[in-house]
Order: sequence, then structure tokens, then C-alpha cells
Amino acid sequence: MTALTERAVRPVLTVEDLSVVYDVANPVTAVKNVSLTLAPGEILGLAGESGCGKTTLAYAINRLHKPPARIASGSVTFSDADGSDIDLLALSDEKLRAFRWSKLSMVFQGAMNALNPVISIAAQLDDVLRTHRPGMSKAERRARSQDVLQRVGVDPKRLNSFPHELSGGMRQRVMIAMALILEPQVMIMDEPTTALDVVVQRDILREIIRLRDELNFAVIFITHDLPLLLEISDRIAIMLRGEIVELNSGEQIYRNPQHPYTQKLLGSFPSLTGDRGDFIRTGDHALTGDNR
Amino acid sequence: MTNLTPTTEPSVADADEALAATAREEGRKPRAGWRAMLPSMTPSLVIGFGIVAAIVLFGLLGPLFVQDPTTVRNSGLQPPGGGHLLGTTQTGQDVLAQLAFATRGSLEIGLIVGVLATLLSAFFGVLGAYLGGFADEAFSLFSNVMLVIPGLPLVIVISGFVPQEQRGLWTIAVVLAITGWAASARVLRAQTLSLRNRDYVAASRVAGERSWRVIAVEILPNLLPVIASQFVFAVIFAILSEAGLAFLGLGASNSSTLGTMLFYAQNGFALQLKAWWWFVPPGLIIALLGCGLSLINFSIDEIINPKLRNVRAHAKRMRIARKAAAR
Amino acid sequence: MTSVEVKNLTKEFHIRNGMKRSTLTAVDRVSFDLLPGRTVALVGESGSGKSTIARMLARLEKPTSGSIDVTLDDRTPVHGSVYRRHVQMVFQDPFASLNPFHSIEHHVARPLKIHRRTRGAAETHERVVHMLERVNLSPAEDIAARRPHELSGGQRQRVAIARALAPGAQVLIADEPVSMLDVSIRLGVLNLMARLQREDNLAVLYITHDLATARHFSDEILVLYRGRVVERGPADSVILNPQHDYTKLLAASAPDPERMGKLVRAAGAPDRSGIDNSVSFNHYTGEWTSLDKRPVPVS
Repeated sequence: MTALTERAVRPVLTVEDLSVVYDVANPVTAVKNVSLTLAPGEILGLAGESGCGKTTLAYAINRLHKPPARIASGSVTFSDADGSDIDLLALSDEKLRAFRWSKLSMVFQGAMNALNPVISIAAQLDDVLRTHRPGMSKAERRARSQDVLQRVGVDPKRLNSFPHELSGGMRQRVMIAMALILEPQVMIMDEPTTALDVVVQRDILREIIRLRDELNFAVIFITHDLPLLLEISDRIAIMLRGEIVELNSGEQIYRNPQHPYTQKLLGSFPSLTGDRGDFIRTGDHALTGDNR
Repeated sequence: MTNLTPTTEPSVADADEALAATAREEGRKPRAGWRAMLPSMTPSLVIGFGIVAAIVLFGLLGPLFVQDPTTVRNSGLQPPGGGHLLGTTQTGQDVLAQLAFATRGSLEIGLIVGVLATLLSAFFGVLGAYLGGFADEAFSLFSNVMLVIPGLPLVIVISGFVPQEQRGLWTIAVVLAITGWAASARVLRAQTLSLRNRDYVAASRVAGERSWRVIAVEILPNLLPVIASQFVFAVIFAILSEAGLAFLGLGASNSSTLGTMLFYAQNGFALQLKAWWWFVPPGLIIALLGCGLSLINFSIDEIINPKLRNVRAHAKRMRIARKAAAR
Repeated sequence: MTSVEVKNLTKEFHIRNGMKRSTLTAVDRVSFDLLPGRTVALVGESGSGKSTIARMLARLEKPTSGSIDVTLDDRTPVHGSVYRRHVQMVFQDPFASLNPFHSIEHHVARPLKIHRRTRGAAETHERVVHMLERVNLSPAEDIAARRPHELSGGQRQRVAIARALAPGAQVLIADEPVSMLDVSIRLGVLNLMARLQREDNLAVLYITHDLATARHFSDEILVLYRGRVVERGPADSVILNPQHDYTKLLAASAPDPERMGKLVRAAGAPDRSGIDNSVSFNHYTGEWTSLDKRPVPVS
């Protein structure tokens, strides 16, 4: 938040006091009064463990949630680069469809398996452009598809491949290409590299950072892997049981964590190159927040 | 854009944890062990169970109370009423009495075939898939061959070859079981192939369990809902096929079933004579039994695929909410 | 005490693709020793053959060649059904490794009964409760009566550890035991394993893709690449001073907050600190080109 006021930039996405409730017999509040701002070109990390509501939040921002989930309160405002403000929660279904993907796109967890196996990459990219950019000619669409593949580090010759002909890392790159193809201003990435090996993960992260620098889109990066977030994010939000318990710059989160849960999370990752911490291999109950 | 739909999209069906949490808070303990295998009480289960129970009771107890179904009287083709609750046949036999014995005969056939076909399918489906290798190839080939043989014509041919005096209840039942198990075996094989690669099966092998115990204790219980549903299906199949065979005059010679009743009604020109009380009751019982058993099967489906249960629970809550809003 | 000597372990899979037949060498001449009280870590990415080695040690797969010799202190070899009493395994996915149909008690009691560790139902039950308490599951009586879906992932993995130790196993193979668990409980489970190892003087094979925990929880590390051991040595020296290109690449790729902001955020020109420039990931083929040419086994 401080980063924002210092830069005095108009945020691209503002989430205010958002609550999402699962309307079951005893309603469960999956997301509680979450407020976030996202500056253009910023990478905001969202860290939390399974069931903390991070995925529910991501879906709710894009109104992809389904019953019994329901947005109980709050607002999501998208501030377009052209100066207009869009109230996402008030958009009609038709406008929302047009808005999604062209202004705000998502890369899902395991998205590489969401590619249609019987349709070529070219056709799937073309499909997005045909839906959202009806004015483009066939040749333009093909050129755009090739360009976007090149950007994510996939040989454009692979355009006519089918998903099963590509490795997991390549498929994930294609998914990122698909999310980029309409040049959105915000991308929400939900565990985009969790299923991948570390070397491939590292390469894809580099690619995301490079593309962000080129195209200046903002990213909400959701993962349970805090060290990874510390490396790539400008700011990090720590989520626990539906609430954001700490939101600060990566540096502050790492050097000076305030919330006990943040300290516990940081302590859960033994450092690769650092000292062998005393807490390791000495006993069961050593894992507490203060002996990080 | 359709292909961009996330595989992890949260939906009602996936709200397992949230739903389980509320169940716990309401003080309802999650059901454990065998009880989790039982279908939850749904309207379809209650109706199906009611229909089937009524018919079974009628078949079991009915014959004790009715007149002798074979007594020939002079009062042929009487409509319902008087001394005959469901009227009489062309030869003056009591239709209600015939119906009671025929229901018992059909249920016997259904039960025998259900048990035999389930045993056969479990043997060929589960054992082959667990053992793998040559046994699997051989069993699988055998069930495939049995599967492509057209059932009813084969039954007609076999029934035709068996001399009529030997064509008893058991012969028909065995013939129906032999032609009716293959499809279930394939389903069980697919299920077992998936189960045997689960980590808990590997873990029990690492623990030192013998193969038969792995099958009987670790794999079979998880197949129970599938097997139960296939048993119910086999019973429906048997009762309908037997009715068809008997209607063609190829039924069991020494017992009466709903099919033989229809056969005699057809031969006695019941339709042309507008003697509806002769052919409607057996037809209705066949239809109701099939319907009741299918309703039970739908409930078993919910155990095999618990997501169906969540969808239903959600629909119910929405209904209640709407009613509350209307008030 | 039991130790294991693995010599030139090799596993080939025959792949039939239409008329074409090919052989995939999943594990290629891997040798190591598991000694009481010591932990060996197998580190590698998916497809490196590390899980296949675990499955061969647990006798779920037969080696194509090579030997696995398990010996007791007095040098008597362990054969046949006794093997399973000595060598046990913890699986990766605690949600899949417990049978949803059976109670927790069943899972821990079965190995006790199979290996005749207890006599009679009362003694078995007592022993089950004791095993559950050893893995910090309490109240053990209550947990024993539950079924797997009523436990959290961490609790399930503790049950899996109790089950593996129930027959009195001296050799524990842990195949990615914490990778499916929430991060905040991972160290708890690893520390539990470390404590049990100290108490029972277990020989542990720790299989993982996570270099950091491999370094902290093991004595010796073997780095696997495409079925071969490319580097091995004491844990600290392999991680802090890697020799082989592939190990360097792995170490440089693992997220490390100590390097915060240095590596990936160096926009424009990606900093490849720690990575040998001769090793490059080829975007177009999805493979490391130079490594492919020379995967150098050191063993």
C-alpha cells in the first residue's frame, strides 16, 4: 500500500472490502473483507495454504465464482488505461464476457491440461481472437498468434501442433500466450507453475517477468510457495482463513514479518544455502514462529 | 473461449469440504464404514423401495392367500368383481391367483440371474484385472466375445434346443445369466484397473498382504456400490428377458411367470376380446418392478459419484430458500 | 539393525508403439548404501527415475538387473516375506495411500497382524494406539476409530508413517513424503521422521525434488538425471558446492529468498548466476540441449 501512495499511481484494479460466502446450510465465509490495490505493471503475490480462500478470491475478482459461492459485500473496480472506471460487480453478463480476457485474463492452476486435446494450438488461439476481435482478418489473426507464441518462448512453427505433442512446460507457455493475446492490463495467475519442475518453473517465471517489463501488465500471482513470491513480487499479501493478514513489500515481508502466520510460513521453508537451522532435525515442537 | 474453461473451476459439486464442515457443525457425524455405503434417503429411493417391497411381498405372501390358479371354471372371461377380484381368464382361472404365482416366479428368476451374473462378472472382471498379464488378456477376450454375442437371439436358440420338458426355471436362469454378465464384467474390469493402481493397494502389498486379501479386503469393498448397482440391473434384465422369452413361448415350462401370463393372454385373444384385466396386471407389475429397481439404482449412483449428492443437496437448499423468500 | 546395499540397479521399460518397440531406461546402474541412522536423499525432477528406485526397493517393481541386498547386523541376508518386515515405504500422496473404506485402526493393525507382531485383538489395539501416539496423533483412541477422509493431509501422512513402522521396519523409503502437504506442516512431518529415525536408528531413503529439505534432512545426496546419478556426496557439499552442470542448474532454479530480487527480477538481461552458460534450456524443444549431449555419470 505504501508503494502505491509513494508512486502516486492510479491503480489498475481496486478491490474493496470483498467478502465471498458459500451459501450452504451454515454459511462459510471463504473471503473476508479483502481490500487490495494493484498498480499498473505491478506483480502482487498472494500467498496462502489450501483452503485459505486465495483461489475463491481470484475467481470472485473475475466473477467466475459459481453458486453456492456468492459475493456478500464489497466492490471490484477496474480502472481502464483509457481513464474509465469499470465496476466489475455491476457489469451485465454480456459486457462481462467482453471484458474478461481482453482486459483481465487468468492462467489457472493446471491450465496446461485445460487445452482442448483435439484442436490445434493455432485454432485455439484463433478462437480467442475471433471471439474478441471480430474485425481482424484471418491473416492478422495468424500473425498475432505467431507473435504471441514467440513472446512466450515457443517456436511459432509449433502453431499447428496439438497439445499432446508439447511438454508440460510448453503447454503452460501456450496458456500464458493465450492469456496475453488480447494484451490485457491485468493477469491473474493461480499456481501457474506448481505442477512443473523447478528448472522449467524458473524459465517460465523469467518469461513472465520479461513480458511484464515489455507489456506492462499487472499480475496477481497466487501460490503457496513463499520463497518464489519473494523473488518475483513487488508486494506480497499473506492470506489466512479468508483474510489478508499482512500486505507489504517483499523485502519487508522477508526481513520484518509482522504477523505470526507470516513468520510461520517463512519458517516453513528451510533456506537452500543458509545455515542449517537449529530447528531442523532436533525435534517435533521446534516449529514455531519465533525461531525462523 | 470454451476451451479456456478451467478444469479447477469451483462448482457446487466440488464444495465437498464446505458442505462437510456444515454437516459437522450441525452435529451430524460423517457416516463411517459400512454406513457410508448406504444410499441416503431420497424421494426416489423411498418410492423405488416402496414399489419393490410391495411387489416382493405380494410375490412372497400372495400365493398363500389366493385360490388355486390352475382351477378351470365355466365362468370364463369375467370382469373383475364378485368372487374374482381381478376377473378370470378365458378358461375361468382366477387372474389374481395367477398373478401372485407369476410374480413369485418372475422374482425367483430375477434373483437367481442377478446372483449368478454378479458372481460371474465379479470373477471375470475383478480377478482378471487384478492379476494382469495373460489372465487379464484371456478373461478380457472372453468377456468381449460374450459381449458381442447378441443376447436375446442366443437365448432363443439355446432355449429352443433344450427340450421343453427340461426347460425349467433353472435352465432359463442359467441361460440368462450366461448372456447377461459380460457388460458388467467390463465395467468392473475398468474400475479394478483403476483401483489396483491406487497407492493404498500398493501400500497394502508393501505391508505384506496376500493377493486374495488385497482383492477381498482392499479392492472389493470399494467396488460394492458398482456391484450393487449391477446386481439390480441384472435383476431388471432377467425379469424383462424372461418375460420376453415366455411371451414367445420359450419360457420355463414348469413354472408360471409374468411372461407366461402374457403369453396365455395373447393366445387367448385377450386384447381383441377387450379383457384388459387379463393382460394389464402382469404388464403393470413388470413395468412397476423395472421402474422401482431403476429408482433404487439412481440412489446407488449417488454413492458411486458423491458429487451427485452435493448437487441434489444444493438444489434442495435453493428450493427452501426460494420458498422462504416467497413467504 | 538392518542395512541395504544397492548395486548397479537398472530398470528398463519396454514401450510398444504400434509396431515399433523401444526401451526406456528409467534407472541406469544406480548404486548406494542405506545404513542405520543415516539418510540418503535422491534428488531429481519428474522422470529422473527416483520413484522407480523407491518402488523397486519396496518390491513393487522388479529390477531389470542389479541387486538389492538387505542384511542384518550379523551379516545374515533377509529374503522372501521377511523382506517386507524390514523395508517399508511411505507414499507421496496421503490422500491416495489410505483406503477410504477402512478405519485408521485397520491400516495400522494389518501390518502388525501380518508380521505377527502382536497376539490377540487387545494387544493389537494397544499397539495401534501406541504407534499413533508415537507419530503425535492424539487422542489416539479417537483417531484410530476414524476413517481417512476425517483426517487432514498431515494427519494422514502420520498414519502412513505409523503403518510403515508398525511391522518393526528398520529401513524406511519416503517417496516425496511432504510434497502434497501444506507448507506450514511439512517441516513438522519431516521432523517427526527425523525423530523416529533417531529413536529407532532407521536407515532412511528420502526421495524429493526439493533441494533445501534434501540438504537439511539427509547425510548424503544423490542427484539423478534421466535415470543416472550425475553427482553424489555429502549433503552440504553437493548443494553448496555443486560440481555437475545439472546440479548447478537445479540449485540455481530453486526459489531462494536469500537471492531475493537478484535473479528473476533482473529484467531485460536475465541473471543466470550460478548457472553454467553452456547449459541452456531450449525453449523450442523444451530440453536442455547441451546436457543432453553429455549427461556424465560420476558413479
